[in-house]
Amino acid sequence: MTDLAVRTLDSRAAAQAARPASARARKSARRLTPARLPPGLRLLGPVLLLVGWEGASRLGFLSPYTLAAPSTALATGYEMIADGSLLPHLLASAGRAYSGLVLGVVVGVLLALASGLTRSGEALIDGLVQIKRAVPTLALIPLAIIWLGIGEAMKVFLIFTAVLVPIYVNTHAALRGIDIRHVELARTLGLTRGEFIAKVALPGALPGFFVALRLAVALCWTALVVLELVNTQTGIGYLMNRARDWGQTDIIVVGILIYAALGLASDAVVRAVERRVLSYRRGLGA
Amino acid sequence: MTFQAPPPPAVVLTDLSRGFAGKTVLDHVSLQIPSGQFVALLGESGSGKTTLLRALADLDDEAEASGTFETPESVSVLFQDARLLPWLSVLDNLVLGLRRPDGRAAARALLEAVGLGDKADVWPDTLSGGQKQRAALARSLLREPALLLADEPFGALDALTRLRMQALLHDLVRRRRPTVVLVTHDVDEALLLADRILVLKDGQIAEDHVVRIAHPRAAHHPDFIALRSRLLASLGVVAGTV
Repeated sequence: MTDLAVRTLDSRAAAQAARPASARARKSARRLTPARLPPGLRLLGPVLLLVGWEGASRLGFLSPYTLAAPSTALATGYEMIADGSLLPHLLASAGRAYSGLVLGVVVGVLLALASGLTRSGEALIDGLVQIKRAVPTLALIPLAIIWLGIGEAMKVFLIFTAVLVPIYVNTHAALRGIDIRHVELARTLGLTRGEFIAKVALPGALPGFFVALRLAVALCWTALVVLELVNTQTGIGYLMNRARDWGQTDIIVVGILIYAALGLASDAVVRAVERRVLSYRRGLGA
Repeated sequence: MTFQAPPPPAVVLTDLSRGFAGKTVLDHVSLQIPSGQFVALLGESGSGKTTLLRALADLDDEAEASGTFETPESVSVLFQDARLLPWLSVLDNLVLGLRRPDGRAAARALLEAVGLGDKADVWPDTLSGGQKQRAALARSLLREPALLLADEPFGALDALTRLRMQALLHDLVRRRRPTVVLVTHDVDEALLLADRILVLKDGQIAEDHVVRIAHPRAAHHPDFIALRSRLLASLGVVAGTV
């Protein structure tokens, strides 16, 4: 019995070895969608970049006046944290970015609800937001300065307008794209309008909202960099700008790394919340 | 000697017509369905059976409509796809929009009755196709409808699951006695379940059969076989050609 099994195995292995490259077997096993990444492997690209960059600096291909090595930047960053010179700037930047983000998300969602669930709302709001979408945020800076001065209000306002657009567009599209079969079901179950919005329309639009939120979280930091080049005494953007005047590429790199870390961390937080909230979905990558 | 009056009709269609983009799909249909009758609607694709059902369910805003119909106050619809909302648990799907103080307890009892007693708190997308359709059936019956409209509810299920679902539907309907209109492609399903079988052809009722075979029905009953070949012939299928 065992002997037979072994021989079967052997002969199968032999057949496999004999078949050239066993192309047929591999083809049948090929997947149409990529397998899920093991945790952490997403960082492979960034890690390779850092290693290459550090290597180039150590070998003298990159002068510190052009670009500081990551290790130098990390050391500088550590010093700045230790002597307390980094934290106020970080807090100032985060305050601006997240105030603008919160305002943009709240107003964007409210506008999307008004426009996605009522006809008069859509008539009033949608055209305006589409026009705003076509205007770059940077083009509004001169007007915003005239209206709100060069202080915090102007910066938060511009981040707010930048964040508003993707939040509105995606949430609105998700609300309008509601599954007609679910609408029919709601009608046959005799749901009230309130029940329909709470139990069918809003949960159905949540995936679209989370896409919007991830875009917005990245966008609020992107908008901030530009805005902190305009008359500020605080913030990461200000630090980087001043470092440019002094030729301190290590501080510039510290700034870039902070933006990257904050962007990644914010995205990770949103994704974690998304996974929890949308835990009913078992599909691709969800 | 007591004289028993026939039960009042639950559904009355008078000269009902429906069209889409100028094409007539239902053509002056008049029909009365007595309360508690189980009616199966047979017909080829495009014969108007789903249109008729959607008209009764008030789901045809876009259609060009004429004629009138009356249905009871409480109507439940069973769709071909189960239409459970994926973000609500099975139990929450059942009680969605339900206006009964004992709704959740009743829903649990009914889930038990359809064999999903342990699935009350799971996400619908973890259920199999047959389980989803059982949950949808429970959701329909939980409303204690006077009229149950079913649009090929078992059409997407595999043959074995379909047989089980037919038995379950028969059993549950027997106990509650709603009027039922079942749209189906499946002649055997109609013969197994219905008190009356209508064949739709080109938007009109071409045939109207009362099925008097006693339950439980067996496919080898002579009346079953006779009516079956008759129905197949009227649907344009000649039996015994395979």
